[in-house]
Amino acid sequence: MSTPPVIDGHGHDEPVDENLPERDDLYANPGVHEHLWRPTDVDPKAEKRAERQVATLFTLSALCTVLFVVCYVVVGPDETLAGFGAQNLLFGLTLAGALLFLGIGIIQWARKLMADQEIVEYRHPARSSDEDRATTIEALNTGIGESGIGRRPLVRNSLLGAAGLLGVPAVVMLRDLGPTNAQVTENPPFPGSGITNTIWDKGMRVVRDVVGTPIRPEDMQIGDLINGEPEGIYVSPWDGEPLEGVALQVNKSKGAVVLVKMEPEEIIPGTGRENWSVDGILCYSKICTHVGCPISLYERTTHHLLCPCHQSTFDLADSARVVFGPAARPLPQLALAVDADGYLVAQSDFDEPVGPSFWERG
Amino acid sequence: MRLLNRSAGRLSRHRRGPLAGVAVLLLALLSVGGLYTLFSPASADETAASADQVAQGRELFLVSCAFCHGQNGEGVRTTSGDQLGPSLVGVGSAAVDFQVGTGRMPMVQPGAQVPRKPETFSDEEIAALGAYVASLGPGPAVPDEGDYSLEGLSDEEREAAIVRGGQIFLTNCTACHNFEGSGGAMPRGGYAPKIRGVEPRYIYEALLTGPQNMPNFSNGNLSPDEKRDVIAYLGSLEEMPNYGGFGLGGLGPVTEGLAAWILGIGLCVGAAVWIAAHTTRTNKKKVDA
Amino acid sequence: MDTSKVATSNATTAATASKPSKIGALGNWADERLGLAAMGKKNLRKVFPDHWSFMLGEIALWSFVVLLLTGVFLTLWFVPSMGEVQYNGTYEQLRGVHMSEAFASSLNISFDVRGGLLMRQMHHWAAMLFVASMMIHLLRVFFTGAHRKPRELNWVIGCLLLILGTLEGFTGYSLPDDLLSGTGIRAADGFIKASPVVGTYMSFLLFGGEFPGESIIPRLYVVHILLIPGLLLALVAAHMLLLVYHKHTQWPGPGRTEKNVVGYPMLPVYAAKAGGFFFIVFGVTALLGGLLSINPVWKYGPYDPSKVTAGSQPDWYMGWPDGALRIMPGIESEIWGHTISWNVMLPILILPVVMFIILLLLPFIEAWVTGDKREHHLLQRPRNAPTRTATMVALMTMYGLFWAAGGNDIIAIRLHLSINQITYFMRAAVVIGPVLAFIITRRWCISLQRKDNETLLHGYETGIIMRSPEGGYTERHLPLPASTAYTLTARHRDPEVNGHHEAVDANGVAAPGTGRLEGLRTRLRTLMWSDNVQKPTREELDEGHHHAEHEHELQAGLDHSADGHQFDGHHLVEDETLRGH
Repeated sequence: MSTPPVIDGHGHDEPVDENLPERDDLYANPGVHEHLWRPTDVDPKAEKRAERQVATLFTLSALCTVLFVVCYVVVGPDETLAGFGAQNLLFGLTLAGALLFLGIGIIQWARKLMADQEIVEYRHPARSSDEDRATTIEALNTGIGESGIGRRPLVRNSLLGAAGLLGVPAVVMLRDLGPTNAQVTENPPFPGSGITNTIWDKGMRVVRDVVGTPIRPEDMQIGDLINGEPEGIYVSPWDGEPLEGVALQVNKSKGAVVLVKMEPEEIIPGTGRENWSVDGILCYSKICTHVGCPISLYERTTHHLLCPCHQSTFDLADSARVVFGPAARPLPQLALAVDADGYLVAQSDFDEPVGPSFWERG
Repeated sequence: MRLLNRSAGRLSRHRRGPLAGVAVLLLALLSVGGLYTLFSPASADETAASADQVAQGRELFLVSCAFCHGQNGEGVRTTSGDQLGPSLVGVGSAAVDFQVGTGRMPMVQPGAQVPRKPETFSDEEIAALGAYVASLGPGPAVPDEGDYSLEGLSDEEREAAIVRGGQIFLTNCTACHNFEGSGGAMPRGGYAPKIRGVEPRYIYEALLTGPQNMPNFSNGNLSPDEKRDVIAYLGSLEEMPNYGGFGLGGLGPVTEGLAAWILGIGLCVGAAVWIAAHTTRTNKKKVDA
Repeated sequence: MDTSKVATSNATTAATASKPSKIGALGNWADERLGLAAMGKKNLRKVFPDHWSFMLGEIALWSFVVLLLTGVFLTLWFVPSMGEVQYNGTYEQLRGVHMSEAFASSLNISFDVRGGLLMRQMHHWAAMLFVASMMIHLLRVFFTGAHRKPRELNWVIGCLLLILGTLEGFTGYSLPDDLLSGTGIRAADGFIKASPVVGTYMSFLLFGGEFPGESIIPRLYVVHILLIPGLLLALVAAHMLLLVYHKHTQWPGPGRTEKNVVGYPMLPVYAAKAGGFFFIVFGVTALLGGLLSINPVWKYGPYDPSKVTAGSQPDWYMGWPDGALRIMPGIESEIWGHTISWNVMLPILILPVVMFIILLLLPFIEAWVTGDKREHHLLQRPRNAPTRTATMVALMTMYGLFWAAGGNDIIAIRLHLSINQITYFMRAAVVIGPVLAFIITRRWCISLQRKDNETLLHGYETGIIMRSPEGGYTERHLPLPASTAYTLTARHRDPEVNGHHEAVDANGVAAPGTGRLEGLRTRLRTLMWSDNVQKPTREELDEGHHHAEHEHELQAGLDHSADGHQFDGHHLVEDETLRGH
């Protein structure tokens, strides 16, 4: 074996930019380090040991793979191991073992046994040679000239126009991705359609979420919070059937409300909202006016309602005024009344769109 | 596979051995018997003990509670008009059992957030305090175990109760207490405490009385059965094995992101350092064979 | 030196042609059709320099492969549909609940497909690692100056990969249709609706009607498994091709120049190391997937627009715009009957786009400021480009603060703080923090440059304290080994800047494009270089060496070999003891 390759020991042979200082070397480039052998290169015993080590790692990997298959067959879905789901834990550990031992083995092989002399490769500038450039430009010009695209502006421009116009169908054809707000408001596919409407209507009962039971004012105590829904999602105002699928999801996403009861004298009624509460019970949209998270983190002593997504905080005693956070508008309030059977009902739909702001909201 | 246990969680109904039912029944009988022997003397002459209990409770109340809640539990306001301690008229013994039983009361210092701490009073004293406060005005009583246990339901009813409880939990509770009851932040330094591992009785009482800043879920709001279902769902979460591995605090994507950066990237970069590290060298020269 | 060869080595003798074997016959068959030999000649022994920081991009590459493998497995069972079904599967706590088919199939994968939960978790962990490793790779590239000519376009491709990877992650974690992912989509709907003029139309088109509709999951699915992966694959290929074409950068050092690359050959060493690393990254994701629970969808339950959980956060890579959203004050204006939601638009529609454009343009901005048109293949230590390093640290600081703001509720409960106070603090910190970080990093780098010069001029500290006959104590310094000294000085001097005569070139002619822009450029050039410490001049170096020799003479005459090299491995003292006389 000879000495390692010697690189040009003097100078650095670099590209130069006349506007910037050239590199001056204070020391001569000493060249690549002398190659030192590893114990595995010079000591046959060490080499054998490393070989065995690598082979052992590969064997361990194979063992883990076999264990994985065994676990796959043997471990049932409801078995547990130390409080964990046994399947996931055992599959994960055996698969990890199989992969890690394999990877570590391969790298150990490279580090200990494969030749490890550093070698030198020469770079070429990223740019093509002047010759190549000239040839290419010539070919390009010949091609362009032969096509006559420069000489025939009529052909060129009509081609560009025609090809550009093809972009229009690509955009137009996306139109049927969905109906617009105007369309669903005009021809509602289900009750409560349209961004400015909800399913709430005069006389619609407020019911408890999940169970769907109506609420009497006397059911509530001071400090109670009820997560409510419009009765219309359980009994559609159109056909009396419960809403399903899209109709249900859309109406839940706009109609969900929170009911809270506080001491009547703690309420600061908003202008025109003096008779919107019943016995200190107030009803607000549950949908945050920021970006639309459902919001029901209620503090009974401060009457503050917090949004868990971005921490907008509303004061429910004061018409859901924003007291903190990124929301800009108060939560819409639902005017409450009591129907003939003594249950809480809405006086009307919300008097403003619920949920996040949008351009046309005004 | 001797290490493996059958889980008590899902599918257990279908896969439980034939003797399991007998074993559970025996265990239940034994514990009920044991509890009966423990508590029977106290409840034997309940009506008679009541007056004594109220008197004992009043003694304790005057020493430990009256400073903030007033001599007669009427509440105390500070000169600035803030509430020092609210009126306890009509809060019932359930509130006392919750507040004192979880060590929240007596408070170390006034404030909206009251952390749980080791309780100061014995069960008997708490019962006495509860009796006294209940005598101030009618309020919710300490619930019986029957109120929040699923005893006596068929397997189908039990499963339906847990499912309904889960839905009620996700609708009413997770917003503050997080999807697996790990707790969450509230405005101005407040927090909704972790409710995993809390005794069912205290959860029931908290729902009933709305301690501190928590809203009420009175019986007119969530019916007793619905409360029981929520508690059953929480219990089923406790029993459920961690299917996916360590839960990372059950806090959601924030801790998952931290784990990815610290463990995942840490391990991979560590491996990269090892792969590129120089191996041991020797001064010996290779001898050409 | 014969430069016609692609690579030179003294390691092995040329292989002699052996008898045609079966493999040889196969090779012949393939080469006659594909011309493989010409490609192999160039690339099989292609040299890659060895350094741990060069393997960070590989983590991203391999986690992408893991994502493809686990992702294909998941598609076999996942049903991308929002059709409502009643769940009757194995998971007891949700039996009988109405949910989308997407969520039901996620439960099916988690509980009824053996290994399905592991694959789901590995897929999710690999996604987190994919974006994270792209970011640390980006930082390494920028801090070492590897984004300079001729690699600017590869930087742009890398940035596109980063943003596509992020979008891929968002579409991915939205698919299971659990409570958390649905809350994320709901917020996204709020973002879209906040766009001026077209917001409502875009929302209705995207969701196929009103939120949530029944189209969003199938549409996100197509984007997630076809559109973005296709783009990612194409861009990854382009990224790698450019890497091969430019050849990898390397650290300056003995034998390393701008015109060569020193390292190990592709076959066998680099192939083995890269292949082994693939298995390690794969293994690490398997370990995470087996041990750590991620996104337990069964606990979140199916998405329901009236439910929410405390700690509703996106995955970490979407965390920083979410943080910006959290700390933004609630500003909204109404102009001629139209609503403009600055509180949503600024942090989520404008800020990320601006940040991304800045990131994309960094190499071009730097090249414009420095006027450097040379190719760079030798890396710079971060300290030797203090302003650049400080710029990235400032950007990182801003990112980190927004990121922390995105977890303000978790920080509040874990550290017993108030979310309100954290929010107020963050509003100020995202402005002040980056400025402080810039100043501190820049000065820190400059100090490190000083320290390098100190070592070059006066040698390194040996840790040996010498007592002079007069009783004074000094620490013994020794000159650096030649290779270290070379490595430290193998860098350019920065151009001299003092502000004004930059606008006039050597012939006294005003440079073209003078004006406000040129003024800005001059100021930036001043900021870039003015305070930097240059490597010593030859005179300084000579003087330093002279001084050191003088000191050595003073300390000469020691009859033992405590010359300071005992501790650095340069001088073996196996048979000597320090105090042996």
